[in-house]
Amino acid sequence: MVKDHVIVELKHVYQMYGRGERRFTAVQDVNLAVNEGEFVVLLGPSGCGKSTLLRIITGLQSPSEGTVLYRGEPLRGVNPHATIVFQTFALFPWLTVLENVEVALKAKGVPARIRVARALDWIDVVGLDGFEMAYSRELSGGMRQKVGFARAMAVEPELLCLDEPFSALDVLSAESLRGELLELWTGGKIPTRAILMVTHNIDEAVYLADRIVVMDKNPGRIVNELHVGLPHPRQRKSSEYLRIVDQVYGLLVGQTQPEAIELGTAPGEPGRTRSLPAIRIGDLAGLLEHVTESAKLSHDVYMLKDELGIDDDYLFRLIDAAEMLGFGTVGQGDFSVTPLGETFAAASILARKEIFATRISRIPIFRWLLNLLKAAENNELEREVILRALELEFPPEEAERQLDIIIEWGRYAELLSYDDDREVIFLERAPAVKVPGY
Amino acid sequence: MTTRRRLFEFIRPERGPALSDIVVILAIGILVYLGARLALNAPAVVRGPTISLEPAVLPWYALRSVIRMLAAYFLSLVFSLVYGYIAAYNRRAERFMMPVLDVLQSVPILSFLPVVLLSLSAILPERIAAELASIVLIFTSQAWNMTFNWYQSLTTIPNELREASAIFRFNGWVRLKTLELPFGAIGLIWNSMMSWAGGWFFLMAAEIFTVGQRDFRLPGLGAYLQEAANQGNITAILWGVSTLVLVIVLLDQLVWRPLLVWADKFKLETVESDFPPRSWFYDLLQNSRIWKWWSTHAWSPLVEQLDERMVRAWPAEAPPTAGGRVRAWPFYLLPGILIAGLAYGAFRAGEMLFMVPAAQWGAIGVGLLATLLRVTIALVIALAWTVPVGVAIGTSPAVANWVQPIVQIVASVPATALFPVFLLFLTRIFGGLNVASVFLMLMGTQWYVLFNIIAGASAIPQDLKYTASLLQLTSWERWRLLILPALFPYLITGAITASGGAWNASIVAEHVEFGGRTLSTAGIGALIAQATAAGDYPLLLAATLSMIVAVVFINRVLWHRLYQVAQERFRME
Repeated sequence: MVKDHVIVELKHVYQMYGRGERRFTAVQDVNLAVNEGEFVVLLGPSGCGKSTLLRIITGLQSPSEGTVLYRGEPLRGVNPHATIVFQTFALFPWLTVLENVEVALKAKGVPARIRVARALDWIDVVGLDGFEMAYSRELSGGMRQKVGFARAMAVEPELLCLDEPFSALDVLSAESLRGELLELWTGGKIPTRAILMVTHNIDEAVYLADRIVVMDKNPGRIVNELHVGLPHPRQRKSSEYLRIVDQVYGLLVGQTQPEAIELGTAPGEPGRTRSLPAIRIGDLAGLLEHVTESAKLSHDVYMLKDELGIDDDYLFRLIDAAEMLGFGTVGQGDFSVTPLGETFAAASILARKEIFATRISRIPIFRWLLNLLKAAENNELEREVILRALELEFPPEEAERQLDIIIEWGRYAELLSYDDDREVIFLERAPAVKVPGY
Repeated sequence: MTTRRRLFEFIRPERGPALSDIVVILAIGILVYLGARLALNAPAVVRGPTISLEPAVLPWYALRSVIRMLAAYFLSLVFSLVYGYIAAYNRRAERFMMPVLDVLQSVPILSFLPVVLLSLSAILPERIAAELASIVLIFTSQAWNMTFNWYQSLTTIPNELREASAIFRFNGWVRLKTLELPFGAIGLIWNSMMSWAGGWFFLMAAEIFTVGQRDFRLPGLGAYLQEAANQGNITAILWGVSTLVLVIVLLDQLVWRPLLVWADKFKLETVESDFPPRSWFYDLLQNSRIWKWWSTHAWSPLVEQLDERMVRAWPAEAPPTAGGRVRAWPFYLLPGILIAGLAYGAFRAGEMLFMVPAAQWGAIGVGLLATLLRVTIALVIALAWTVPVGVAIGTSPAVANWVQPIVQIVASVPATALFPVFLLFLTRIFGGLNVASVFLMLMGTQWYVLFNIIAGASAIPQDLKYTASLLQLTSWERWRLLILPALFPYLITGAITASGGAWNASIVAEHVEFGGRTLSTAGIGALIAQATAAGDYPLLLAATLSMIVAVVFINRVLWHRLYQVAQERFRME
């Protein structure tokens, strides 16, 4: 690739939060270049730092380490040649459609006459003429996002950044808006030289991207890159398309590791403490039931998404939980249920709790907490105490989330209880009453 | 109702560092001390202009009062915008500025009147001094809640809107106009309305003032009412009160209602509300040709020009993030000067405090307890009648429709204007001021509680009410399980505001000069008022500081904790 064609380049970019013992890496050693004419998609689970990267590239945030080069020059402050289309639209609710587009030009000092004409042009291009005087609360989600696109395009950015622009929309609006975006982009109707999009929707990435950059979390980093050479418009049912989708799922869902790695270490011990995925336990049972009932025990992960009607991000978390608990394994983009998982799926409510309890007792973070509680006076500890300990392993917000998951899992397994009024966690004293015959 | 809820939530739940409290209390002590020193040089005899009781002067007096209020309000607005802006965007300043504001809220404003008045009259002609003093006082009654609200608006602006203004390179002006002011508009308007109500309360007390031989008077509605009361002229009192009510209703109809209707578009909600506020005057303006012509041909081009100039003159730089880093040097220099000044001032003020004899300190202690008792009783009475009435109004839209406007007008009449009338009856019934003063406190403060309870009751989710009916809960169980827990956060917010108001009102309620007689009862408010009348500055300083310390202490120990419990346990979500 010729250097001149690189629009933006990240070199050894790190983003760190906190300090001292509580310093955490959100983004680790990212190298990335976006070239002219390219549609690049950053794909990864939530928490992998892809949105952070977008903010670094646009200059909304400066990285802790590393450099951002725009057309070869180091970037200082907000990048004047880039703009963002936001997931939640970020329209000013007190401005009309026209004013929302206009204000972007007004801030650049474009005089009123030219400004209004240009804003109207862009409103026309995205197909919103007739709605110039409407307030955003009068519009549907899809129309709001069109305003978002019109506003972004009105300032004629060289680099257009899209921050999960379709994920807050309903399925149909998202699909039609994707098509319209492609039409503008491939038809050369917009002055934009490159598009960088962040998403966790794999199908969306394969449908739109020239190149997919796959990221993973803990710490957030780039793990793989993949060129999608298919011509537009892409045929979703074509075998080539499905092969790429399957491949991307394979990359993202990974491979089940030996148990020691899968479970991580306890807080305070050397090695990395694995974070527990935020899931509802009922949904995990649902996933296992679905797979066991469908006769074959091995399932393409990408098929599961549509069958279960959940988004990729949540599906990965469910699979992650299944792997940790030994209910399922993953390899080559396929998810298989283990015999234990089958038993769990078929068991009664109480038996499920029992299996769940034995399984989570093997997870180091639970073993650690149960031992702490056993040693503590009255077998109880304040929430704050445990939170402080977890904050040595996770950033503050994540520590809080982890504790909530621990409590929820522990409550389900009837190993732990939590008194919200006193904010203490304690061992479930009376063993769960077993009703014979159930 | 949601806006009203937001407007009362200006009390910061977290307890600020105790150090800054001490600094503030010290600074206030020093201010009082300096004022008192200056006051010693004030002219010994002052005769104010005669206040006429002719009804014909009322329009003129009303206008003077309104202009005074406007001047103070303008000051408050500018102060709020600047102070809130700095506190929101400067983390280091914020850590000092917000606790300061919290303490300032608890300061008994009325005890500053003599000090401000006399010290100003030492350096300025008395008429101007009196005008300025009343404006400064009204300012101190208006500014704090607006500042809190503006600060809170600025710190709660959604991140995506901030990022959008940064990515489209808004400069400070465009950001203020497009993002910050619209986002804070509704809160600012509601708080401005509250501030005006508070301003009337103090204006009534600040237009006539006697300190020893010095008689300060400002022609205005407050002075008119006081003079009428002094002469026992019931007809004049009625004329005065009617004029005041008329002025308040006119302001409400011609200014606040239209503003609220206009500000409805600044709601962040992404759906249309079912019952947008209405105003006949706003509709009238909207349909008027002159208004339309003016806004399209004069106003819009003017704004456009201003915008263009501001954008050119002020290029966008790095966006401030809420609670960002400090870059200005004054934040290092200022504390230095401040500390030196504080140390010296504290020393001198301390000297003055030593002049207070032990017996007076004893009286202050007794006074604090007596006033605490009165404030508590006033609060209990307020809760006892506002809870059932508020729930009745809040849970039934039919009742609310016709009661609400009446309640609003009744509540907006400043209690201080009605004091003379009530005193006539109360002192006759109770024989003295001891019990009567409780009712005087009540008059000023019950409305805060009532409004909050109405807001709380109307926010009880319909499905919970249905559930309560389905479960056939008895009316006691319904109160215990549903209504009281749902009301709790609102009750606390209302009670906090009311108790602050009651402490403040004690100064006018516990010591009254009326019809040539002086009525007084034991209490910290009475002590402050007496010290004022007698020009006993050491006692004034001691009593004022004691009251501040007591109020801040009660706030920190009791109200902030309850507020936190309310926020954590009883929030409906």
